[in-house]
Amino acid sequence: MPGPEIIGVSGLRKSYGAVPVLHGVDLHVGRGEIFALLGPNGAGKTTTQEILTGFSSRSAGSVSVLGQDPAGAGPEWRARLGIVPQDMGSFDELSVKEVVAHFASLYPDPFPVDTVIQRTGLGEKANERTGRLSGGQQRRLDIALGIVGRPELVFLDEPTTGLDPEARRVTWELIRELASDGTTVMLTTHYLDEVEALCERVAILLKGKVAALGAPGDIGGRAHGEAVIEFHADGPLRDAQLPALHNAGTPLAAGPDGQVRISTATPAAVLRVLLDWAVQVGSYDLPGLTVTRPTLEDVYLRMIASADAATPAPAPAPGLEYIA
Amino acid sequence: MTGGFETTAAGNRAEPPARERRMPSVVRVAAARAGIEVKCYFRNRQAVIFTFALPLVLLLIFGGIFSGDAPGTHTPMKQVLIAGIIASGIMSTTFSSLAVAIAIERDDGTLRRLAATPMSPVSYFLGKIAQAFVTGVLETVVLLTVGVTLFGLHLPNTGARWFTFAWVVVLGIVACSFLGIAYSRVAPNARAAAPVVQLPYLALQLISGVFFVFTQLPKPMQVVASCFPLKWMAQGLRSAFLSDSFQQAEPAGSWEHGRTALILGAWCVAGLLLSLVAFKWERAKKVR
Repeated sequence: MPGPEIIGVSGLRKSYGAVPVLHGVDLHVGRGEIFALLGPNGAGKTTTQEILTGFSSRSAGSVSVLGQDPAGAGPEWRARLGIVPQDMGSFDELSVKEVVAHFASLYPDPFPVDTVIQRTGLGEKANERTGRLSGGQQRRLDIALGIVGRPELVFLDEPTTGLDPEARRVTWELIRELASDGTTVMLTTHYLDEVEALCERVAILLKGKVAALGAPGDIGGRAHGEAVIEFHADGPLRDAQLPALHNAGTPLAAGPDGQVRISTATPAAVLRVLLDWAVQVGSYDLPGLTVTRPTLEDVYLRMIASADAATPAPAPAPGLEYIA
Repeated sequence: MTGGFETTAAGNRAEPPARERRMPSVVRVAAARAGIEVKCYFRNRQAVIFTFALPLVLLLIFGGIFSGDAPGTHTPMKQVLIAGIIASGIMSTTFSSLAVAIAIERDDGTLRRLAATPMSPVSYFLGKIAQAFVTGVLETVVLLTVGVTLFGLHLPNTGARWFTFAWVVVLGIVACSFLGIAYSRVAPNARAAAPVVQLPYLALQLISGVFFVFTQLPKPMQVVASCFPLKWMAQGLRSAFLSDSFQQAEPAGSWEHGRTALILGAWCVAGLLLSLVAFKWERAKKVR
């Protein structure tokens, strides 16, 4: 965690009646960090955010947000916080500029209204009634209202849901700018590419617990975990006997469609064997060769599957699969 | 970083700059809220037209049905009706409008959004009441104009009567506004809001002497109506517009100004307390 602590949560528990929702969550987020809370529906993301933003009480544990306990924090604390919920509310009769200016007037030290409108890409719509905005523009207005108060900490609840790819990039850029200005960002999302593109750290919440915490590139041992080598056994490779891999018990064979897929913890060593073999059998290439690390999505889905044995693991890609 | 939010050349702010953080005052925010509420209200043309048209249409219909003097008096029934409909119009633009509007705002996330800002709920209240005040007064002016031009209503002819008119309208608006804020809690969601609000509004209109001479209603209805503000608003307005000879048709044989002020004042206080109990920012959360 870089910088001074902005969010500190330890042993956070929450039950609704007899139903436990959070079983001891620990989180620490530093100033200027972009931190993601990831998890399937019902994992406790929303509950966690509601407790952190002072909208829900907790059953046990300690919570500090911007140095205060959200449970008893007043308007001065709220003024330092920006919240972008999923529901926008209706200001249909007002123009973009009127709504943003109104929200700015509620804060002690807001950003200039025009700056916020420009930076959220709503410049051309400044005088449009908000009721006439498209879904994506509405979402950007949501974000504008969440940040106009010059917050030190912003909670974004699925900020790019419903945005087209271009608008998502604009929003990501905006979030990066906020962070580079020292604003701390905590977001929930279902988009794993968003986590990889934006976040320094991510916590995966499963069934009310932090199942994994770390940089998106490291989570679930991704950096050191198994890689997948794939290629197509074509031309002279088609009829050749695949080489034995030193630690694989069975000889390799291509699948009926010629696709070969090898999972290995030592992709470089396996590639050396494969390349030598290709030269020997008269091909200087492994057609369609790819070496991939498991994506965050693979890791994430695997975690969900193992947390919930009733959910089947994702089906492997067609082709034969080997564990090297 | 280029084109960031910080227009100063401070570059990265490792620590937040020591900025003056003076919270905008409750009154200033309330004024901003009032401006926004009034703007939103009047920009929704259809809602404005139909809200204002309803009492007007009732006035024209009942004005067409009733002819002659109110039973046992020398006062034209139409004039009795106008006083009652002005009272009922105030209840409609304050109590009914606010209860429905707040239920909708709670449902669609507006309240939640506002609750996330440093704004005090008091400012929100005051903004709502200011908007109700503007519309309530405007409705009263419209009905008065129609009453004077079409139904031969006489405007108050003494300063004392104008004063009575003013305090009855103000206390009525304040009491009904607070009650509307509190009553919005009864509606579980936006769709239920209109029927939930219609019930007390219609029932009170019928038993409070708006369309009928109050003393001719069955006694139990009179007792129930006397517990609520509308009866007293209508009676207070009659005292401002009608000839003093009409007092004989009132339940106590007099205008009962003291009691009217007391009961409307009590409802202002009770309404404030009820709305404070019923309305919590934290409850702005949408139930999923």
